[in-house]
Amino acid sequence: MAEELRSQQMYGLRVHELKLGATREEGGSRSKVFKIGNQAAMPFLFKEGEIPYAPIIAAEVYDVPDDDWPQSLAEDLKGVSKNPVDWAAMMAEDAGADLVCLKLQGIHPDFGDKNSKDAGSLATALLKRVKTPLIILGCGQGDKDNEVLPYVSEVTKGERLLFGCVVQENYKTLTAACIADGHNIIAESPIDVNIAKQLNILISDIGMPQDRIAINPTIGALGYGLEYAYSIMERARSAALSGDKMLAMPFICFVGQEAWRAKEARVSEAESPLWGNARERGVMWEAMTAIAMLQAGADILTMRHPKAIKIVKAAIAELMKR
Amino acid sequence: MALSGLEIYKLLPKTNCKKCGFQTCLAFAMQLAKKAVPIDKCPFVAPDVRVILEQASQPAIRLVEIGSGDNKVSVGNETVVFRHEEKFHHPSAIGFLLEDDASDAELNRALDEISKLQFERVGQNIKVDLIALRQKSGKDMFLAALSKIKKVVKLGIVLMPASLDTLKAALEFCGEERPLVYCSDAALLDSFAGVCKERRLPLAFRKPDMNGFSEQTKRFTQQGFSDIVLDIAQNSTSERLWQLTQARRSAVKKGERSLGFPTMAIVETGDEYQAMVQAAAYVTKYASIIILRSRKPEYILPLLTLRQNIFTDPQKPLQVEPNVYTVGTAGEKSPVLITTNFSLTYYTVLGEIEASRIPAYLICVDTEGMSVLTAWAAEKFTPERIADTLIRFELGRIVKHKNLIIPGYVAMMSGDLEEKSGWKIFVGPREAAGISSYLKNL
Repeated sequence: MAEELRSQQMYGLRVHELKLGATREEGGSRSKVFKIGNQAAMPFLFKEGEIPYAPIIAAEVYDVPDDDWPQSLAEDLKGVSKNPVDWAAMMAEDAGADLVCLKLQGIHPDFGDKNSKDAGSLATALLKRVKTPLIILGCGQGDKDNEVLPYVSEVTKGERLLFGCVVQENYKTLTAACIADGHNIIAESPIDVNIAKQLNILISDIGMPQDRIAINPTIGALGYGLEYAYSIMERARSAALSGDKMLAMPFICFVGQEAWRAKEARVSEAESPLWGNARERGVMWEAMTAIAMLQAGADILTMRHPKAIKIVKAAIAELMKR
Repeated sequence: MALSGLEIYKLLPKTNCKKCGFQTCLAFAMQLAKKAVPIDKCPFVAPDVRVILEQASQPAIRLVEIGSGDNKVSVGNETVVFRHEEKFHHPSAIGFLLEDDASDAELNRALDEISKLQFERVGQNIKVDLIALRQKSGKDMFLAALSKIKKVVKLGIVLMPASLDTLKAALEFCGEERPLVYCSDAALLDSFAGVCKERRLPLAFRKPDMNGFSEQTKRFTQQGFSDIVLDIAQNSTSERLWQLTQARRSAVKKGERSLGFPTMAIVETGDEYQAMVQAAAYVTKYASIIILRSRKPEYILPLLTLRQNIFTDPQKPLQVEPNVYTVGTAGEKSPVLITTNFSLTYYTVLGEIEASRIPAYLICVDTEGMSVLTAWAAEKFTPERIADTLIRFELGRIVKHKNLIIPGYVAMMSGDLEEKSGWKIFVGPREAAGISSYLKNL
């Protein structure tokens, strides 16, 4: 027998294993929990190293309704988009999302200026309604996030959720809260491997264990700079597997929020007849953005459209066949 | 695999005879490595060394050309596994699978749909490349379908005949075009290869694994035939990705010549959504040719966009020419906006101004293709540069006012810019999406 022709790449390090959600026995109340990361190979190359966990999908849910949705999203999420609790339940139960990503847009001074109590009680209500862990995102305004998120972290203490995002200029407050309350944290860097690494070091230095950090590499949508994040992720993951512990964190990619900003996902068929059916086009725009990120190494995808979630979920099942 | 100057030097006579025109064999070797001189300049090089050097000068993955003239598609010639290592050279050719047992009406509809699949994105025309015709009925039906295809669409052709007889007849029909011949029957492979070698046409075939491909391509290259495409079989998506990765990596990293050919993936998954996302995965991971059934524009536009993204040169972002662009019927009172010459930025901003239906001027500053924030950080989008640009493009002659709208992300430069340019600065929205309503409320 001729020797099998093979070009196998073996690596020395694994990605850190991040645990999401805590069961009753572990001090939380989740009946569904997840592990991500811990892979020893580039995406879906099972013959080169163990890939124990499938990438997971978190449904994007907002605390305030977004009035700037394209028609397809507005129609497909009609009836739930005004009530985050129903919305989350629908996504986790019917659309097949693995977990829920709650974005607290409404705490932003310009978009409702809700306070800590509002945010805390919404998070608690969601935890009561769904069995899955939550990802909880601030509004992006540093001062307000620092005021509200530590409170939400405290009232959800022990549930082992994922909070974000911290950035190089503002990471201490939220990181300290998550360390104290047993949560994980998302470290955001602007499409830059060096900053991603630097921020992970800073967060670890103040006491956050390395296996409780996820990297948000800041992706662009399909057609809007997707290739930048794609290559940054490939570079970071190659470096991680080759031995760089400070880059060996799972990736979280905010697919839905980016994909649905793209013009091609938004314009109606009447405006652009050559682009075909608008709803299907938007769904495919989101699904293909997700697929590209999976090939670059994504561990968590946040997504918006129920149909896109179903498509990508099925694709992940197919990609995980070994 | 290309050899370094030192590696070549070791193979030369090392006599420094200067017959090649260089002072030393080492100097000559360095020029050989740069492909600046032919090996023929050395009269003493051994025949076996000549073979090694000629082989080393071949690309790791062969370039295969399909079609002719405007329809020509080139695939292969890739040099890296990750796009950040250099770039991906030849975008995956996207094609559609048709069968000759389709009714006239079906075939007409298919061709009509396919011929519309081209789109304008960030200044590039992105389009599909190939039509593959598979034989399922008699020779006459195949030829009739082929004739119709050639009449209606101008794309490269992939012939998938079921017999040698049909192949020969179809090739007569194709004349000077260079179709890609696909052999789906292992028993016919040698006879198909014979025809392709004689007519200098590329041939695609399927083998279950890398060893199968390697043995076959070695046999063909020994016979002097190497216009080969490897069709990676339809197993699970992950197995197909593994094989596509193996072929690419063995060729470019290990110099495995017997796998150094373009690859092909035919996607026949019944579920249309799954077929499309599978195709998307093969665009990112190493399929030189992708053949699909689905041809809905709402699915093909995202696929072609993904291809455009992945095959962009990472060192050279797409740029537009620095200039003053007129949007609509702008006149001397129209607003003036300024941004960078990164194509994505330009086309996004342009699209939003157009959507507002307010005529305007859009100035693109030469930022070497960087986006607003990157260019600002790299000091390519500075008050000095913007002030110079206003003078260089003689904005004073184009409009009768001195109001300039700058991107929200560089609001911090407005004071400085006002001083340096003498223009009144208005801070626009941070995201292009806000431009339309901004202009309407001006």
